[in-house]
Amino acid sequence: MMDSKREIVSRLKQDILRLQGFIASESHVASNMGLGPVEDAFPNGTFPRGGVHEFISESREEGATTCGFIGGLLSHLMKTGGVCLWIGTSSTFFPLAAKVFGVEPDRIIFVDMPREREVLWAVEEALKCRGLAAVVAELQEMDFVQSRRLQLAVEKSRVTGLVIRNNPRSIGSTACVARWQIKPLPSVLEEGLPGVGHPRWEVELLKVRNGNAGRWQLGWSESGFVPVPKPAQMDGRSAERIKMG
Amino acid sequence: MGKRFASIWFRHLTTDWVTLRKPQLRELPFVLAAPVHGRMVVMAANALAESQGISAGMVVADAKAFLPGLEVIDDRPRLAGKLLRALGLWCIRYTPVIAVDPPDGLILDISGCAHLWGGERIYLKEIVTRLRSKGYDVRMAIAPTIGTAWAVARYGKATPIVESGGEGGALVYLPPAALKLEPDVLERMHKLGMRTVGSFMEMPRSALRRRFGDQLLMRLRQALGKEEEHVVPLRPVPPYVERLPCLDPIRTATGIEIALERLLETLCRRLAGEGKGLRTAVLKCYRIDGKLVQIAIATSRATANVTHIFKLFALKIAQIEPALGIELFVLEAPKVEDADAVQEALWDSASGLEAAELAELLDRLTGKSRGCTVRRYLPDEHHWPERSIRLAASLSEKPTIPWSKARPRPTRLLPRPEPIEVTAPIPDYPPMLFRHKGEVHPIKKAEGPERIEREWWMDKGEHRDYYYVEDEKGQRYWIFRSGHYGDDHPRQWFLHGFFA
Repeated sequence: MMDSKREIVSRLKQDILRLQGFIASESHVASNMGLGPVEDAFPNGTFPRGGVHEFISESREEGATTCGFIGGLLSHLMKTGGVCLWIGTSSTFFPLAAKVFGVEPDRIIFVDMPREREVLWAVEEALKCRGLAAVVAELQEMDFVQSRRLQLAVEKSRVTGLVIRNNPRSIGSTACVARWQIKPLPSVLEEGLPGVGHPRWEVELLKVRNGNAGRWQLGWSESGFVPVPKPAQMDGRSAERIKMG
Repeated sequence: MGKRFASIWFRHLTTDWVTLRKPQLRELPFVLAAPVHGRMVVMAANALAESQGISAGMVVADAKAFLPGLEVIDDRPRLAGKLLRALGLWCIRYTPVIAVDPPDGLILDISGCAHLWGGERIYLKEIVTRLRSKGYDVRMAIAPTIGTAWAVARYGKATPIVESGGEGGALVYLPPAALKLEPDVLERMHKLGMRTVGSFMEMPRSALRRRFGDQLLMRLRQALGKEEEHVVPLRPVPPYVERLPCLDPIRTATGIEIALERLLETLCRRLAGEGKGLRTAVLKCYRIDGKLVQIAIATSRATANVTHIFKLFALKIAQIEPALGIELFVLEAPKVEDADAVQEALWDSASGLEAAELAELLDRLTGKSRGCTVRRYLPDEHHWPERSIRLAASLSEKPTIPWSKARPRPTRLLPRPEPIEVTAPIPDYPPMLFRHKGEVHPIKKAEGPERIEREWWMDKGEHRDYYYVEDEKGQRYWIFRSGHYGDDHPRQWFLHGFFA
């Protein structure tokens, strides 16, 4: 009895997902982004490619880490030789850094629009274009209607939209599939070694549509994302609990 | 503005050409002759021979009888036609619409062209002097109708320029032959004593038709501008233009879209048929108040894709102010290039940078906003950070050297380094802390220095010692010191980027 009920519930959940524009990709392996435990937070346990992801960055330092994290995502999204459009008003992204994250910088096309309104228009046009692997947008403000337009464009074309919001004045609700915040963490080195280690971030999913928000620690090495072992994650959870308490 | 036509008459077209080829004939009377019904007949005589009474149509034997020194040269059939064609093409510098007027003339539609030379008189003088200096004996006239221009060029004795409305006055004193009539009609007129056009111009039409036929009336009406006379232009110009006149003036955006779509379809079908694609296109809208509004687009590669070009135009349709309405749409493609047909076939399947969709998207983005810039970077052989990348010239350009990741580089590079205050223990050691915008960043980890020399052959200045540092919060920066320690003045430190 319980089993059949659970079955019905899970089937209904799938139906809801389908109605909301989540289409389970054909092969699970292909859509694996190497994010490890973070991916379990998403519906079906996979990173939604045909969706708009929102990244909040409240300082220039956070902007830089967000760029790094996005670079890591792009390396997976552009594996099949796709092209990425980077649209903003005056992007300071340094193409040489993309190489560090496994992206060929000459496959990124930078588009600068004079005004933010035109950036939104350009992003929407770009997201409609099936030939692209991903579109990265640098914006300050985006309201619900605008994000809904982007999300609708994406659901048709299956292009991944990554929106970086630099120093947003207000963070209202949006139609994006996920809202991220990537903060820098001190790098870890073997005892006694000089220098700066591989980048390490605190990845926080503030909101996930039909998924579970959470906080994880991730590092980046030459081979890809490296999830930081569990104790650190427990620390994050307990910290949250303390805050809530 | 009314139409203006010019007629150029080459009085000795073929003989002039022969003289150009054989300068020794310049001082001799000569004729060009060809066999007709078994006899050699004069086809053309040069000016010297003509002054001695020899004219076309004479038998060569007769001509030689009273001018023994006459040179006879074999005539080449179709020579006149070829010469006129070549001269007509040469004249395209003066007006785009030129028609050959056999056997010895050219008709130029010069409406709206003469003012570019500073008036019709200068225009006419320029053409006549240029042609005369080439060695052709020409006469030219400008009139509002082709018939009058033809008549005045050949028989006119007064001014060669006939003002609009002056056709009748110009024709009055000219012989009937000025109307390009058949020889038997001319003969009949001669017998009846009609020596000038004026003598029968005012006669009742029915009387003229009964005696001389319809042709005379038609010629007269054409010369007077009461009937349209058409010419076949030597070269249809400009090449890639489509016109769409509207019965009712168009005032809505939907109407403009329909017109544009129809124009694009015909133009693109033609382009595709010729294996070409357009790079720029202009839509000109002629409004009924006489004003002209136009919008232009450009594409990054030659294309004849209707939907793509339409999308580019659609972004600008809002800029068209129809006012009272648009009566004529003209679509021009001033820049047309060969489209690679093979590439076109591959377009559908291509992905990445070669994808047609990408090129079309970028066209749309740049077409929408004037301030939009599209950039793509390639590695360059410089260590200096600002110069380590260069702009790619096109979407298809490949990097000539591999991208390097030997050295750490920030994800965000400031366009202009920002000055910071630094506390450093000993020279060439990484600093202990730095202060930026009032905030203190104690440095926990550091890598460096990485010295990057300035390229002295490009610009002067100090080298930079870069440090990759991490503060206690884990925020990572790229800072540098400009120049050496140890000089008497303190060295300035800068923040140049943020690491992931």
